[in-house]
Amino acid sequence: MKTKVSTPDDGTVGLVSPGHGAGLRDVISSRFLLKLLVDKEIKVRYRGSVIGLLWSYVKPGVQFIVFYIALGIFLGLEQSARNPGGLPNYAIYLFSGIVLVNFFSEALGNASRSIVLNGGLIKKIYLPRELFPVSAIWVSAIHFLPQIIILIVACLFAGWTPSVLQLAAAVVGFIIVALMATGLGLIFGAVNVYFRDAENLVDLLLMVATWASPVLYAWTTVRDQLGQTALNIYLLNPLTVGVETFHYAFWMPTADQTQALPPSFLSLWVPIALALSIVTLVLGQLLFRRLEGRFAQEL
Amino acid sequence: MPISIDIKSIEKRFVLRHTRSMKETFLWLLKGRRGDLYKKFSALEGVSFTVEEGETVALLGFNGSGKSTLLKHISGVMLPDSGSVRTRGRVAGLIEVGAGFHPDLSGRDNVFLNGSILGMSEKEIREQFDSIVEFSEIGEFIDTEVRFYSSGMYLRLAFAVAVHTNPDIFLIDEILAVGDEPFQKKCLAKIKELNEAGKTLVVVSHDLDMVSKVCDRGIVLERGRVVMDGEVGDAIAHIRAS
Repeated sequence: MKTKVSTPDDGTVGLVSPGHGAGLRDVISSRFLLKLLVDKEIKVRYRGSVIGLLWSYVKPGVQFIVFYIALGIFLGLEQSARNPGGLPNYAIYLFSGIVLVNFFSEALGNASRSIVLNGGLIKKIYLPRELFPVSAIWVSAIHFLPQIIILIVACLFAGWTPSVLQLAAAVVGFIIVALMATGLGLIFGAVNVYFRDAENLVDLLLMVATWASPVLYAWTTVRDQLGQTALNIYLLNPLTVGVETFHYAFWMPTADQTQALPPSFLSLWVPIALALSIVTLVLGQLLFRRLEGRFAQEL
Repeated sequence: MPISIDIKSIEKRFVLRHTRSMKETFLWLLKGRRGDLYKKFSALEGVSFTVEEGETVALLGFNGSGKSTLLKHISGVMLPDSGSVRTRGRVAGLIEVGAGFHPDLSGRDNVFLNGSILGMSEKEIREQFDSIVEFSEIGEFIDTEVRFYSSGMYLRLAFAVAVHTNPDIFLIDEILAVGDEPFQKKCLAKIKELNEAGKTLVVVSHDLDMVSKVCDRGIVLERGRVVMDGEVGDAIAHIRAS
């Protein structure tokens, strides 16, 4: 809360204007409430369903099998005796990308809807509204965790021996994607209050996201088909960089480290992606604070 | 006395949009019906007053006079278009019963969630938990999901949490209309106790008898303007006369 100090002695010292929060900093000071909101979401989401939390795995699992059969086998992306030009360990390549893109999709999709869904509360009680998009991201991260464990188990079976640098790259990659999702989630969550078109736009974006990153194919395809300039534009997408760090950490060690990263990936593209996600987050926060003043009357 | 709430000439206009469809917006713009797109409506006009610490104020007026909107400005849910609202200390209240209650969570989980939403820290809730449950008379049902509660139980638990938030300014919007008589009496006693402890109360209600028991000062609103500010008895007489 911002403190406005007036002239002393008239009894107005220490009065503050209600409803002016400190944005994401307030979320940090309301950690306990954030935790309760996340717990609530986890408890409530699969209430009344027989297999409960398992739905979080069934969906990506089926998605993985479909992509693996259609792309890896039918379209020949998997390396095999008859198809030496394919990607070795395509299943791990595919899965390491899918888990990250699924995290992004769930996080952004839910964050974009979070303000409208919690409209009842926002209309009645003042609390830092950033809590809702942030808790949506947090819940997605919790759903992401077991998937990454499955990925690691699969990697271990495939002879995974990552270096510390590779693991650190994956952590940075995850942070890039999480910041990006938070920033975009704040933007679309706030705009969605005024125009419900926003959530449809997000669905559209997320559909494109799976294909605009090297989840199903290798980044070399982009260079070979469209050239270097196109590759540079392609690598400006933080999600692409995030996915590539996951390939670097999880897939390459199982593929005998024979596959190359895009040129100057770690020295140039990772810092650019990190910077872009931070810029997105800052812009998201600024826009959110501009729009949140009229949430209560527009919801 | 220190000032608890300071409101200086606030204005609030609502835009009543007649269409949210892009197609209609476009067609109306083409047909020169721009004026039909939306209408502005003044909910609050030049409202100013100050409330000292420990005062009990009733906001009175007919439906649509701007009472609840004013309360939302004090709680910070809405921001004024111009003018300023300033408050001292924690503001909490029953703007609507059980806002922030989730039907699928148990009473216990809801006490924590709702208490935290109303600004209590984890430690405060733990300390007050037993007292909240006792006040609510929920007893053994505290671990039952609140979807199975009767409306009375729901209200009692919500009220119990709200009064234990220990706010400096307590806002009450048309809440005591529900609940049976013994509980209403208990609530009134609790509200009086809060007031004796020096808390500021702002009450919105159509129940003029209840208001006259709880409040000393009355502010009457009419179409977003303050038309009367004085003793609660005079304010009630003003309302009854109009």
